[in-house]
Amino acid sequence: MEKEFTKLFELFIAASVITNFVFTRFLGLCIFFGVSKKMETAVGMSITFTAVMTIAAALSWLVLTYVMIPLEITFLKIVIFIGIVAAFVQASDTIMRKVSPGLYYKLGVYLALISTNCIIIAVPLINTAEKYNFLESISFGFGSGIGFAIALVLMASIREKLELADVPRPFKGMPIAWIATALISLAFMGFSGIITL
Amino acid sequence: MEHLHQEKVSYWQLVKNGIFKENTIFRLVISLCPAVAVTNSVRNGFLLGVAVLFVQVMVNSTVAMLRNFIHPRVRIPIFMLIISGWVTVIDLLMAAFARAAYKEMGLYIQIIVAFASILVRAEMFASKNRLAPSFFDGLGSGLGFLIALVIISFFRELLGRGSLWGFPIVEAKPMLIMLLPTGGFFAVGILMGFFNWIDMRFYGGKGAGGAGGH
Repeated sequence: MEKEFTKLFELFIAASVITNFVFTRFLGLCIFFGVSKKMETAVGMSITFTAVMTIAAALSWLVLTYVMIPLEITFLKIVIFIGIVAAFVQASDTIMRKVSPGLYYKLGVYLALISTNCIIIAVPLINTAEKYNFLESISFGFGSGIGFAIALVLMASIREKLELADVPRPFKGMPIAWIATALISLAFMGFSGIITL
Repeated sequence: MEHLHQEKVSYWQLVKNGIFKENTIFRLVISLCPAVAVTNSVRNGFLLGVAVLFVQVMVNSTVAMLRNFIHPRVRIPIFMLIISGWVTVIDLLMAAFARAAYKEMGLYIQIIVAFASILVRAEMFASKNRLAPSFFDGLGSGLGFLIALVIISFFRELLGRGSLWGFPIVEAKPMLIMLLPTGGFFAVGILMGFFNWIDMRFYGGKGAGGAGGH
């Protein structure tokens, strides 16, 4: 039991910092650069993403194990997973609009786009490829979400400073953000080798 | 005859538009994940580019053919279904015929399903136009993506391994960092800045960089 817990914890750490979605797997770059301009949006976005990723991991595992494998339709996984994620995001969109209109007003645009986001669809796909069990899937999804949150918050704090920096004109905006990301990812390489799964 | 000639010109315009003016990666700054992920060798960059080109052309054609049967209110889910269907096709094809490359970048092939560029083209162009223009629009956009990936991977493989398409070119000690994630972000940043500079220097653009998005 204890060993199992250790395994889950290791998976969580690995997913959040070692194979960080943004810095080593290059997923979710689109939204990473899109919403990292302001700290407030970044925080709200990371919370939404972590929640959606964790639940998407759990839902997709259940569907995979109890529907797709018995029916032998695993080759349709891309179609089915995108369906699950889209349906779930639509639901959370509606809930958020009711529960927290302020946050919805800020993140509504991005929420609508979540369903077609690579970072969300990647979680079930990786879970399937690695054959994780239920708890491992959730742990991986949650870890990846936290990893994305770390990346987003780091980037947002850097970009708030970059706004004031005197950058050569062709590099203003997007290019300098990419170079800053390169430097952060260099730092994140220091985490590799902490845990060998 | 005159009419036909004009149409041909506009097809070429469509292709050119996708490659230069609305280049997915350098101009629109969308669908960036693969720009870094698979570009550590020209071969992988090229293969993913071809996969995207295939999906883009097929999705555009399918959407254009079915556009009169799709109710506008459910169009986005239908587009997603069409896209994920074609991505499944290319995924299975690659798994069967390009095994070595598939092992390295299978995940990114599957991720094509979430590319905004493909959905955007289907929504903005193919759902409003006939089959032939949609086909060429997809071709242009896919080619633009392919070319961008090849440019990025050209620099990364040359600097990081001293080779191109697996063949050794220079003898010097390679800069390993270009193959690492860091090098990918760095290469894209520098290239984007470079294209902005060209735009500002020679075409008088404002060089504001992309707005970002998916």
